[in-house]
Amino acid sequence: MIIDAFLLRALAAGLMAALAAAPLGCFVVWRRMAYFGDATAHAAILGVALALGFDLSIFVGTLVTAFAMALFVSALAGRGWAMDTTLGVLAHSALALGLVAASFLTGTRVDLTAFLFGDILTVRPSELWGMAAGTLGVLALMAWRWEALLTATISEDLALSLGVKPERERLILTLALALAVAVSLKVVGALLIGALLVVPPATARVFARSPERMAVGAVFVAALAVVAGLGASLTWDTPAGPSIVVAAATLFVAALSVGSLSSDRRAR
Amino acid sequence: MSTLIEARGLSVAYGPAAPVLTHVDFTLNPGEIVTIVGPNGSGKSTLLRALLGMVPASEGHVRRAPGLRVGYVPQKLHLDANLPLSVERFLRLTRKLDRDAVAHLLSRVGAPGLEARAMATLSGGQMQRVMLARALAGDPQLLVLDEPTQGLDQPGTAAFYRLIETVRQELGCAVLSVSHDLHVVMSASDRVVCLNGHVCCEGTPSVVSNAPEYRALFGLGTQGAFALYQHHHDHGADHPDHPHDHETCDHDH
Repeated sequence: MIIDAFLLRALAAGLMAALAAAPLGCFVVWRRMAYFGDATAHAAILGVALALGFDLSIFVGTLVTAFAMALFVSALAGRGWAMDTTLGVLAHSALALGLVAASFLTGTRVDLTAFLFGDILTVRPSELWGMAAGTLGVLALMAWRWEALLTATISEDLALSLGVKPERERLILTLALALAVAVSLKVVGALLIGALLVVPPATARVFARSPERMAVGAVFVAALAVVAGLGASLTWDTPAGPSIVVAAATLFVAALSVGSLSSDRRAR
Repeated sequence: MSTLIEARGLSVAYGPAAPVLTHVDFTLNPGEIVTIVGPNGSGKSTLLRALLGMVPASEGHVRRAPGLRVGYVPQKLHLDANLPLSVERFLRLTRKLDRDAVAHLLSRVGAPGLEARAMATLSGGQMQRVMLARALAGDPQLLVLDEPTQGLDQPGTAAFYRLIETVRQELGCAVLSVSHDLHVVMSASDRVVCLNGHVCCEGTPSVVSNAPEYRALFGLGTQGAFALYQHHHDHGADHPDHPHDHETCDHDH
């Protein structure tokens, strides 16, 4: 059997996105930042348009725009803006602005659907290096700050009393989120990055008995979803990014069913 | 004996709004039990945070003894149900503790065997005990409790304060707490500081409870309950010269 190079690259890209998104996604779930993740991801489309307009690397463009968006939202939250509404306004505005900005770019034959829904099968070798660097960045931040991030998530007051600065940890999460968005953009697309962040941790939660196991479990769930989604995409010729998310959602439902069955047995 | 914490002319403001605290002088000595009481919004928690360096002073200064070991019991945790956190893992946050140390801490606070329980499934009383165990892990010179009995019923509150007194006797640590559970708290305190943006009055429980400033803030509603243990603490009356700051009380009632 011949495994095409493009397939291997797709697999590598998908697994890197899984590695970057899953442990970070645990914090997104624990801190109830799902909508925040969405807003950051949607801003990536604006980043794509800017990168194309100014002839920059798309990875760098999305990274910078996503980070700027996340910082902006954090600043507004700090000023007491209602988060839900603020995020709703910003997330969709950034997405629409990106789509409008991209339409002004003449002479480019860029298909924005690739960035909206992902285009994992066209990942180029040069892009893989940027993704690898981004993934390593997220994992390094997670490993370095794990205990402090966890403490700040459990109680900001407790963190402060231990010399952990909650604002600093929030900034680190924001940076990691921007990196994860840049890594995942080509894999599942801006519209579905939120799913990659939330669904694997939610699946791992069913069986996890500690924060660390939940993070590791989320990586396995995400990796399995990537493999299954890619396989389904090749078998049935479905779009790869959405197939990966559907696979993750299927795993989530399966985990919930098995989980409720085993807790029923325990209850008896 | 040198003081553990000393604040002079401390003011704290959040942003451009009017300061929450103005010109507070405060001293905490080793082994002392001090309770800060005050109505909602009087700056009790802010004072606690400023004394621990968790919020910056906008005026004045706070001096803490070098290397002061503080065990902090925060207000209720708001844990997301999706965070799988066992009691043991919580106790080990940013701290290295072996199995025996964890078991010892839990039995010390009267919550033995809770190691494997998920934090989210604890009752209010168990949660407070676990948080206290965490605070004790670093062998503190000062135990700081921010409204520790919120959400506990009266027997639970009383039991928790008895536990604090026992722990204090074992460790010899100072205890600084914030509360609005006036009558229960007072019975355990060496000194009560009545706060309303500034220090209204301070002194032994009986001195404070009879101070006109205190009564103006809290009314006489707690008198009945207070009388229950008045006899334990009437020594306050033997020291009429105890610090009791009538002059600084200039708030409107």
